[in-house]
Parts: sequence; C-alpha cells; structure tokens
Amino acid sequence: MGDNPPVGIGAHEKDFSQVDKARLVAALSRILPPQSLLVDREDLKPYECDGLSAYRELPMVVALPDAEAQVVAILRTCHQLGVPVVARGAGTGLSGGAMPHKFGVVMSLAKFKRILKVDPLSRTAVVQPGVRNLSISEAAAPHGLYYAPDPSSQIACTIGGNVAENSGGVHCLKYGLTVHNVLRVRGVTIEGEIVEFGGQALDAPGYDLLALVTGSEGMLAVTTEVTVKLVPKPLLAVCLLAAFDEVNKAGNAVADVIAAGITPAGLEMMDQAATAAVEEYVKAGYPLDAKAILLCEADGTPDEVEEEVARMKSVLAQSGATEIRVSTSEAERLRFWSGRKAAFPAAGRISADYYCMDGTIPRKRIAELLEAIAGMEKKYGLRCINVFHAGDGNMHPLILFDANVPGELARTEAFGAEILEMSVALGGTITGEHGVGYEKINQMCVQFATPEIRTFHRIKAAFDPAGLLNPGKAIPTLNRCAEYGRLHVSGGRLPHPELPRF
Amino acid sequence: MACELADLQQQVREALADGRPLRLRGSGAKDFYGEAPAGDLLDTRGYAGVVAYEPTELVITARCGTRLVEIESLLAGSGQMLAFEPPHFGPEATVGGCVAAGLAGPRRAAAGSVRDFVLGVTLIDGHAEVMKFGGQVMKNVAGYDVSRLVCGALGTLGLIAEVSLKVLPRPFEEATLLFHIGEARALEQLNQWGGQPLPLSASAFHDGTLCVRLSGAAAAVCAARQRLGGEPIDAAQAQEFWSGIREQTDPFFDGAETLWRLSLPSVAAPLDLPGRQLVEWGGALRWLKSDAPVGQIRAAATEAGGHATRFRSQERAEGVFQPLPAALLAIHRRLKLALDPKGIFNPGRMYPGL
Repeated sequence: MGDNPPVGIGAHEKDFSQVDKARLVAALSRILPPQSLLVDREDLKPYECDGLSAYRELPMVVALPDAEAQVVAILRTCHQLGVPVVARGAGTGLSGGAMPHKFGVVMSLAKFKRILKVDPLSRTAVVQPGVRNLSISEAAAPHGLYYAPDPSSQIACTIGGNVAENSGGVHCLKYGLTVHNVLRVRGVTIEGEIVEFGGQALDAPGYDLLALVTGSEGMLAVTTEVTVKLVPKPLLAVCLLAAFDEVNKAGNAVADVIAAGITPAGLEMMDQAATAAVEEYVKAGYPLDAKAILLCEADGTPDEVEEEVARMKSVLAQSGATEIRVSTSEAERLRFWSGRKAAFPAAGRISADYYCMDGTIPRKRIAELLEAIAGMEKKYGLRCINVFHAGDGNMHPLILFDANVPGELARTEAFGAEILEMSVALGGTITGEHGVGYEKINQMCVQFATPEIRTFHRIKAAFDPAGLLNPGKAIPTLNRCAEYGRLHVSGGRLPHPELPRF
Repeated sequence: MACELADLQQQVREALADGRPLRLRGSGAKDFYGEAPAGDLLDTRGYAGVVAYEPTELVITARCGTRLVEIESLLAGSGQMLAFEPPHFGPEATVGGCVAAGLAGPRRAAAGSVRDFVLGVTLIDGHAEVMKFGGQVMKNVAGYDVSRLVCGALGTLGLIAEVSLKVLPRPFEEATLLFHIGEARALEQLNQWGGQPLPLSASAFHDGTLCVRLSGAAAAVCAARQRLGGEPIDAAQAQEFWSGIREQTDPFFDGAETLWRLSLPSVAAPLDLPGRQLVEWGGALRWLKSDAPVGQIRAAATEAGGHATRFRSQERAEGVFQPLPAALLAIHRRLKLALDPKGIFNPGRMYPGL
C-alpha cells in the first residue's frame, strides 16, 4: 500500500512525557508494600540496563510483585493511567529488551521463583517466571530428566525471560528452542486479563498464540506461569574436536556432517582469533595453529554414541580436518567445551569492552561472512573474534573495543550494523536468539518492509491497543525506519519510499 | 493452470475490493475438516513447485500448491523427511493445506508438530499485501512469529503462498514392536518409556494391542528392542500399519460414527466414553469413534485437561472446535481483524466470526 501515509498504527513513537509520577506512585502504593515499590534514584539504578549495558535509562519506578493478583492490579493501574510497563526477569538479556522506559514502570518478576510442580510421569514442570533456567534442570535431575534449552546465561537467566526471547543454546539443533519446549504460558494482558496460551496437551484449540507470545519480547503480555517439557537426560555425551587449516574447510565440514544424516547434539565453530583468546584464559588445549576448530557432540545411549562418533569422525576426516580428538572422559569433554563457553569472558579479558552480535545465516555462507568480517575489521580499525553455533548458522562475532576511546563505540555500532545487514543479504536474519530489543530496532527496517512492520504493529495492537507493554522495543515505528533508511540508501532506492524524511 | 504470486495477489485484491469472501483450497483433501467452507473458490494448486532445497541446510522452500508427495519423494532422495509425518488424506494434498491445517502424524510426540518445523512463510494477508515472515534459517527471533501463527489457522488469517520447512534426516533404522496389554497399563508404560532415553518415534494402542515404533541409530534401535521385548513385525507390514494410522485408512476409522480427536495430557487416565478409542502420541492423542452427545465428550476432554475436536462426521454440524474462553476469543477476534479486516479468508472455517 505504497500510497498510504504513515499515519495510524505504528507510525510514531508514543509520547509518555505526561505521566505523573506522584499519581503513579500513589496508585501503586495501594497494591504493593513499600519495600516492593522502588522510587528513589539509588534504588532504581540497578535496573537501568540489562545484559546490554551500552544502553541505559532510569525508570520512573520499579515494582516487585510477588503474586499474580498484584501483577493484574499493577497492569490495570498502568493501563488506566497510560503508563508504559517493562517486564524484567534476571536482566541478562543481550539486546536491551528489558531496558527501562523513562516514563514507565519496570515490573520485575524476580520474586516469582517457585517451582510449582515437577511431574516425572508426564515429563513436565510448572514454574513461575522468575525461576532460573538451570534450576529447572536441577529439580528434574533426580528423575533423569532435564529442560533442554540451555542459553549460555542459564545459571542466571529466568524462564520468563527465555519465553520472552525464545532463547536457544548450544543444543538447539537437536533439542529445539524455547518455543519447542514450552507447553503452556499463563500471562496477564495490559488490561489485567489472565490468559492461558497452549495447555497441558500437545496442542490447544484456536490460533497458536503460544508460538506467537514466545519470543514476543514482553510486548504482548506479562508471563506469570510456564509449563515446560522435560526430556530424558542422555546417558552419555562425547565431544569431538576437529582442527582445520582453512576456515572454508571447517564451514564445508559442517555441511558434510549434516548431509551425512547426523544431527549432532552440538556443533560449534571458533575462528583462530577466538581460540587464541580463550586458550590464554582457560587452557582448553586447543590447537593454536588451526584457522578454525569445530566442536561436534554426540549424545544418547553408549551404543548410539559409539555409532555416531564413528560416523562423525569419518565425515570430518574426509572434509579435511588436520586433527581430530575424541573426548575419552567427561572431564575431557568439559575441557573441550570450556574454551567455547569461555569465549565471552575471554573477550572481556583481552579487551576493555566487547559487543556481541547474533545474526543467523545459511550454514553454507559461513566462510563468506567470516571473510567479509575480516574486511570490516580493517575498515573500522577494530578486532573481532568469531564463535558460531555452526549447526544452525547462528553466529556470535565479538567486536572488541574500548568505550573510553572517543569514537570507538560509534565505530563498533556501525561495524555491528554492517554485520547484521550482511546477514540479511546472505539470506539470514539479524537475530537468532538474543532478540531485537532496543539494540537491533534499526536493523528491523532492513530485514522487513513496511507491510510486514505494519502487520507487527497490528498484532501488537490486538493484544495491547494502547501500546503500553515495552514501547519502543522489538518493532520499529515506520517513522524510525524512514529516518534510518535515509542513511542506508542502497542501489539508489530508498527503503520505505512512501514515508516523509526528516 | 499455473499462475504467479502476482495472480494470487490479484485474486485477493479483487475479492477485497468486492468484499467477497474466498475459500482458500488446495486439492480439497481436508474439505471435511473444520466448519463448512464458504466463499468463492481460490484454488492454490496453480502456484506450485519447490523453490529451494538444499539437503545440507535442512530446509525446503515450496509454493503452496506443491503436492506433499512431490516434496516427500524429493526429500527421500536425499535421505531426509518431513519429521512431523503429516497426514495427506488424499493423493493430491498440498503443502499449503498441510501447513494451514497444522495436522501432524504419528511422529508428532517424538519430533514435534507442523509449527515446530515451519521456518518462514510468504503470506498474502487481508490487505492484499505480499509479505515474508521468518526465513530459511533455524534460529530467527526477528519480529513476531507470524509463520507459526498462520500454521493451523485454517487459512483464516491469510493465504500461505510459500513456506519454508525444516527437514530432518531419515532414521538409519526402524522397528515396530507389538505388546498385548490393557489400556491403563499401556498408558502407564508409554509415559514411563517417555522419560527414558529410548528412540520411541510413534505409538498406537487399540483394543488390547500396543504398537510402538523405534527409530534412530542402528545401535539404539537394537538396544531398545532388546530392552523392551515385545513382538516385532516385519518392515512392510509396519509401514502399512503406520500409514493406515496416519491416513486414517486403518479399519479402526471405519464406521458411521463421528470421529473425535481428543488432545489430552499424555498421563490422562483411560476415558470412560461410549464408542471405540485408539490412542496415539504416547497417550496425548485419543481418537474416539462415537455418537455420544457433544457435551459429554467435551466435558470429558476438559476434565482430563485437554480439548476435543469433532474431526470427521457424516453430517456436518457446527461446533467443530472446543469453544474458547472469552479473553482468548477476544484476542482471536482482534488478530483476525488485524490480518483480515474485511473477513475475506475462509470465514467461519474455524470459529463463527473468525
């Protein structure tokens, strides 16, 4: 609808500057005890950002409800007063999705940390949103079960946040993302209605709203309870470490493993810069002369693993691995993984700051993207180390920079934006698992055209007509895209040509 | 007759201009499913063909009118499959219809449903816009998951013109075992097995016989066979049996009674309802051939923690799907308005007013 002016839904950011703090605090005081309502600057400070600390904002207030009835009352109040609400779990998100709104309430679900039920027979657990990802698996462990999605922040991140972001992890090629492992989400709409998406069965009547709210970044409803699936813990896991003298060969080896009919439990890739950085830090024993290494894991029963490892070894050898090591003990397997898992802290160790990207590309384009990133390192004068969830094409380049050096943050952001835009150009996406949040809101305009963005706003309005849940995140306004588009003219064609330019 | 995406869009545009409802339809293999179809026929079969398939990417992209058999035989050529094992319900069934209906087959409890494998769609919505959601990659959290929203929406939110599906390698080995046990024991056994690292890929219980299919690495299938015992049946017979369950050609599905589909927690106790039952998905799916009153069946399903669908009946009657709670129904209505404000797509096929 190119002739439509950018009026109506999703055109402009809403202005909330009229929110009256005194009135809001008075209303919320009737719902929450004083210790559960933070209003002073020093108390608000810890909530000013999530795991992406480059973007900060102080909220007006922080509410810490501990009962669903309070959540309902808070949302009703905010709805009546027209106040934005940002739901927050552990604040480990990497895209600024839980960054506060200046004129809004941060609703922390941190007090909702009870595991309500673990049922080994039905292989499900019912948990509150503030329960940590790992503690679900810990509670299920006595039954030989676990919760499969394992984002790297799993010791801290909460299931409510996982639902909001549709979090993945290193095992999602075989075991799926949050959306594949959740049966039911109970939530509250901005109008204070309690709704249940999904159910105890494998499907629910009507539209698949469970899939829609999973990954919706706190824009549609606030989660108050989640039923997750638990799966049997594999009896054994064995990890292969394969070294390659060319990045290209490692990339092709990934495709060869898949083509051989193998679904590895994990398939990770690190480039030479990344192995060097982590080796210094954790001494995982990685071959430092390799241009890239692959970690390839098999899990299951001992017989099954033996069969799969033999198959993996033969494929990796044929793909030109210069060295293949097979873990012979759990300790060795964990050592192989220790380097990959330490990639982020290692980056933090060799550089004052680092910026983690999250694009996903078709596996076959991995080598191409790495080559392009090498060129961008020169262009922006910044180093980048690369780790990939290679099995599903999800890459995490870590751009190293120093925020105290004038201009470096801006160059880093430009570098990151170019990687994301290249991911889209290679047939991929700007975010595989970290979410759009505040961080990648401009790149949404690159990935999607006006009709799609308008549809997203319409969907948002179907749940939250007043646009109060997490405004300014996940879905850019059409005007923002118009402004951003002005900077990104490609091939002489302006994106979103129907919109006015500022 | 072959057509282009622009032709489909034009048909939608014209219908929109005239305020004329459209009945989106592939081969019509699932005409029996849902509420009665209404509107002018828009045949999707002209927009057919596999757009992209690269076995090493584990993704296939096809136009809506592509026949499922064509996709499945192409995948089989590279040792891959649609892991949700969709029922066809007719030789000409299309991939568009498969995704719109969102029905999965015997492997569902083990592998996932149609929506679990949908990676992206090209959608024509009720504003006659052609849009792309999701993509061809496994992990993608940019924007709301519209691709999965339209999966199983029975075409009421738009025309799925193209779809990208994740595919999986075929198992190296399969075996089917028979056990002669009662229903309560079968349900208990299935749920216990489900909590153990066993390569279970399908189950079906009916009339004192439990059939279990194992799929995976040769060593895993072999070890599981030894552990579980049971009576193995030969591969050809097994294939025929599972195909009969999937396509509902098994003798269980014969007879004039209404076929109900009850989706329940896998641990739900045996249901005391008049008629015959067949249990799939490790206990999570109960097929019921019965002429018992709707109210009785719905109440039993709700009581057990699930829902009931009048899947097939000789005479069409309203109220196919379990009624929605008011708050959810309101969201459904608003979503329908968001994507199809004039109500031109498959009106009423799922619920009145949607």
